[in-house]
Amino acid sequence: MDRIKKEGEIRIPSGCAISGIISKKGNRFSGQTAIDSIRLMHDRSNGLGGGFAGYGIYPEYKDYYAFHIFYMDTIAKNECMSFLEEHFDLINLSKIPTRKIPSITDEPMIWRYFLSPLPTKLAESQLTEEEYVVRCTINVNAHIKGAFIVSSGKNMGVFKAQGYPEDVGEFYKLEEYSGYSWTAHGRYPTNTPGWWGGAHPFSLLNYSVVHNGEISSYDANRRYIEMFGYKCNLQTDTEVITYMIDFLNRKKNIDLKTVAHILAAPFWSTIERMDETKKLEYKYLRNNYESFLVTGPFSIIVSYQNGLMALNDRLKLRSLVVGEKDDMVYMASEEEAIRVIAPELDSIYYPKGGEPYIVELETEVQ
Amino acid sequence: MKVNLIQSEYEVIRDQSRCINCRLCEKQCSNGVNYYDKKLKVMLSEEWKCVNCHRCVAVCPTHALKIVKSDHCFKTNANWSKHDITNIFRQAQTGGVLLSSMGTPKEYPVYWDKMLINASQVTNPSIDPLREPMETRTFLGKKKLDIEYDENHNIITDTKPQMELSLPVMFSAMSYGSISYNAHKALATAAQELGTFYNTGEGGLHEDFYVYGENTIVQVASGRFGVHPTYLDAGKAIEIKMGQGAKPGIGGHLPGRKITKEVSKTRMIPQGSDAISPAPHHDIYSIEDLRQLVYMLKETTNYKKPIIVKIAAVHNVGAIASGIARCGADIIAIDGFRGGTGAAPLRIRDNVGIPVELALAAVDKRLREEGIRNEVSLVVGGTIRSSADVVKAIALGADAVYIATSALIALGCHLCRSCHLGKCNWGIATQIKELEDRLDPEEGAKNLVNLISAWKREIKEMMGGMGINSIEALKGNRLMLRGIGLSEKELEILGIEHAGE
Amino acid sequence: MQKITVNHMSFKQLNNIIRDDKEDTFDLDDVHGQRYIAAGMKNKQIKIKGIPGNALGACLDEGSKITVLNNCQDATGDTMNEGEIIVYGNCGDTAGYSMRGGKILIKGSAGYRAGIHMKAYKDEKPVLVIGDRAGSFLGEYLAGGIIIVLGLNQNGKCPVGNFCGTGMHGGKIFLRSDELPKDLPKQVVTRKANEEDIESIKDIINQFCCEFTFDKNIIFNANFYVLEPNTTLPYKQHYTAI
Ligand code: SF4
Ligand code: SF4
Repeated sequence: MDRIKKEGEIRIPSGCAISGIISKKGNRFSGQTAIDSIRLMHDRSNGLGGGFAGYGIYPEYKDYYAFHIFYMDTIAKNECMSFLEEHFDLINLSKIPTRKIPSITDEPMIWRYFLSPLPTKLAESQLTEEEYVVRCTINVNAHIKGAFIVSSGKNMGVFKAQGYPEDVGEFYKLEEYSGYSWTAHGRYPTNTPGWWGGAHPFSLLNYSVVHNGEISSYDANRRYIEMFGYKCNLQTDTEVITYMIDFLNRKKNIDLKTVAHILAAPFWSTIERMDETKKLEYKYLRNNYESFLVTGPFSIIVSYQNGLMALNDRLKLRSLVVGEKDDMVYMASEEEAIRVIAPELDSIYYPKGGEPYIVELETEVQ
Repeated sequence: MKVNLIQSEYEVIRDQSRCINCRLCEKQCSNGVNYYDKKLKVMLSEEWKCVNCHRCVAVCPTHALKIVKSDHCFKTNANWSKHDITNIFRQAQTGGVLLSSMGTPKEYPVYWDKMLINASQVTNPSIDPLREPMETRTFLGKKKLDIEYDENHNIITDTKPQMELSLPVMFSAMSYGSISYNAHKALATAAQELGTFYNTGEGGLHEDFYVYGENTIVQVASGRFGVHPTYLDAGKAIEIKMGQGAKPGIGGHLPGRKITKEVSKTRMIPQGSDAISPAPHHDIYSIEDLRQLVYMLKETTNYKKPIIVKIAAVHNVGAIASGIARCGADIIAIDGFRGGTGAAPLRIRDNVGIPVELALAAVDKRLREEGIRNEVSLVVGGTIRSSADVVKAIALGADAVYIATSALIALGCHLCRSCHLGKCNWGIATQIKELEDRLDPEEGAKNLVNLISAWKREIKEMMGGMGINSIEALKGNRLMLRGIGLSEKELEILGIEHAGE
Repeated sequence: MQKITVNHMSFKQLNNIIRDDKEDTFDLDDVHGQRYIAAGMKNKQIKIKGIPGNALGACLDEGSKITVLNNCQDATGDTMNEGEIIVYGNCGDTAGYSMRGGKILIKGSAGYRAGIHMKAYKDEKPVLVIGDRAGSFLGEYLAGGIIIVLGLNQNGKCPVGNFCGTGMHGGKIFLRSDELPKDLPKQVVTRKANEEDIESIKDIINQFCCEFTFDKNIIFNANFYVLEPNTTLPYKQHYTAI
């Protein structure tokens, strides 16, 4: 039989469900909440991928980069291990605990490392510490066959698998973790061979992105961002969006709101109606960052250490609801996914197309 | 005894039952094909002079005329075509270099026709271009990747000089001299109305057309005709012509007889003197010299104009373009070998250079590999025949396209490939007053505006089908293309997959 | 007058100062190869000490005068429109490329391709005077204007290199010399200068002599050849229209 190509070898578009929850005060809560929210949107996924990102989950190791890694086999593991040892100080390493779930099969080896760049190597590379970590991550994912770094940020981690998201949450025992923000994703790939790596969230350094929709600008975005040292191994929309956010926000120091206005730029007709200063600013953004424009339907939730950002495409072709209750903010594809965990909301809001909804922590997380 | 070796290629067929002997075809044919035979009292034709431009057919009030390909033939020979044989006759009789015009008529692969465009189904919605916003605005020039703020935390919005187009289609260089005043006027007015640009070509800018400056690209070629600071300042952008697709490596030579009073004024050379622009710029023998010319023009115009460097698509175009990008050029224009010309040695036109599709794919890829694609915009021309070609060019990686032959056809050109004779019956490639008068610049401009507006509608429709509502998202979006009937190697160069993959 | 010590200032910065300053007269000291000085500028009087870079006075416009006390590099006065460039030393290659008006006076010698593509139109007649010697391809593609080579240190020997007047199809070249170049193309005709010819260059030679303090009598007391295009023998690729 012909082997079906794995994700990364071909591009698999997919539809989905997303959800995000944050405590503005930085209070940590169990991953179970995220599971309960995403479970409600069961019908928006088809069992071919689910995942979660938790922030604030590793307070005891918050100064180290937490790498979650999938290994397809021991050869990959050995190769990756020696790469890591060559480039990092390994503070701690362990298998990520999981429980057996009948619907989740074919699992790779799933490992977690806490590490920091080797000072000598870092100095030699002449890169910033973050850039060093990014390059190493991209390097492993592009060059070590069978190894995949799922997440690489500090005090955060991504847990994903092939299966329905609620099963994935149970598989990873997420009820045992607590964090101040969580995002969740249920996937509906339109092609069969969804795989573990291709599930969401997609993460790089401290960013992680969950996404719903299929963008039409994919190859324009991909071919552009790859100019700057990124490599789109998975060929997913989420991956390319994450890289663009990393480039603009982290490397070019452009604030997230402006980044949102680059990715989901207002229409020219809207820009023409702005006052003169703003008109020039938006024209500048559309003109200079033209190849970062994302078209086609999408709603995304971007997590980073200080908060969450929800963003819709400029035509708002995907649904997205935001609810607030006390210091908690909830974002989801469907209102019910919020109501199920927070029946009484102070307010409910439907972000407009291209309008970012940004929630930041009010206090420094301890 | 005079032996006639070259037989007419076309026959003028006149339905005598319809012909009313009005002699209009006689008056309208600048090649003197049609005449009235007083004795026989009928219109007759000297068909061997006919270039098949359809002027007579189009003006005949009783539709009595048609031009057909002569079925006169040589003995069948798969190796020696009629053209091969007659061209040898011609050269044996004259010792001359074969001269022709417009783009090559030879059957080379047209890659535009071997690429298919995608459309969305189910997983991703198409967009209705009539009701939803659909944007084609395009900026050409260097793109910044950094944002700086002023003291009020407003974005400092200066950019390097750029061009703003309402859609990614411009009229490419055709000099005043090679085409008529009226043709230039039609192009200039249409460009203004459409919010795009026309290009002066290397013949300077007629004083009447300075008013179209905001929509003008002024060209500087090796001969520097009509080039002076006011000229350089007159346009929105300056194009350095290094080469032309139809005749890479060959310069221009407008014979003295075409340097009429007005042309002389514009080119700033005496009436009747030859206008020679050799292939090389004599201050550019190497890439660093190009840099010098680029910066000389930038300094002269105080960095207010983007500089376009136009080259012919040739074998090593990727590396050449990368060199140009590093020379400070803001825009690179690549002209494919099927592009048109007012006159070119036939063998060069038909044999030198490469198709623009391959050149574009190679250049776009190369510039991305080197991480400098944002440093220059890419404009491609030669030949773009329809809105579908435009969409494919953008998806392959172009920022905009140049059209010339399509624009001339909109003005009435019938592609008779006789521009070099200077007797264009449609008033385009001529400086003969009475012929020129046949082209009404207002009407011409209207036709151009119609054509480009129609293309714009079609482009939007195709974009909508792909679920793309702004042209930027199509740029370099090669996933939107699939090859059909192409080899592995061709697909690899084009950077696309085959249909069905 | 504005005095500027240029040193290693960028050409862009230097031109910005010259362009934006209300002052019209500048003394540039210690110039180190800055390119495009005064490119496209009007009504500026500039004196240069040190070596200006390539394309000095490119596209120079009316009312401007540049005086260089030392040597110049390549493409001096490229596409110059009007004004004057006076060089006390030598010039590199392609001095006066595509000049369409104004004057360039060089006390010393010029390199290759001086005066290439010079063009004249109506009152605009570019003039290029070279005091000593010119390199090869002098006046290549010359379409209009006047080039004068004085051969001041040549003792009557031909003051130009090879391929003089290649592609020339307009304008005039004056050579102060007892002999003609040996390889003139057949499209160039030569003759000894007559009185009318000499009259036509009197003013410019006078200016040259004033500028560089030469005795004009010595200059005129020598043989001048005039090179012109042969209009009966145009350059013509032999074409066969199809
Ligand atoms: S050259 Fe044109 S106008 Fe003349 S006969 Fe032929 S088709 Fe008619
Ligand atoms: S421009 Fe005129 S001469 Fe040239 S091909 Fe078109 S119709 Fe023929």
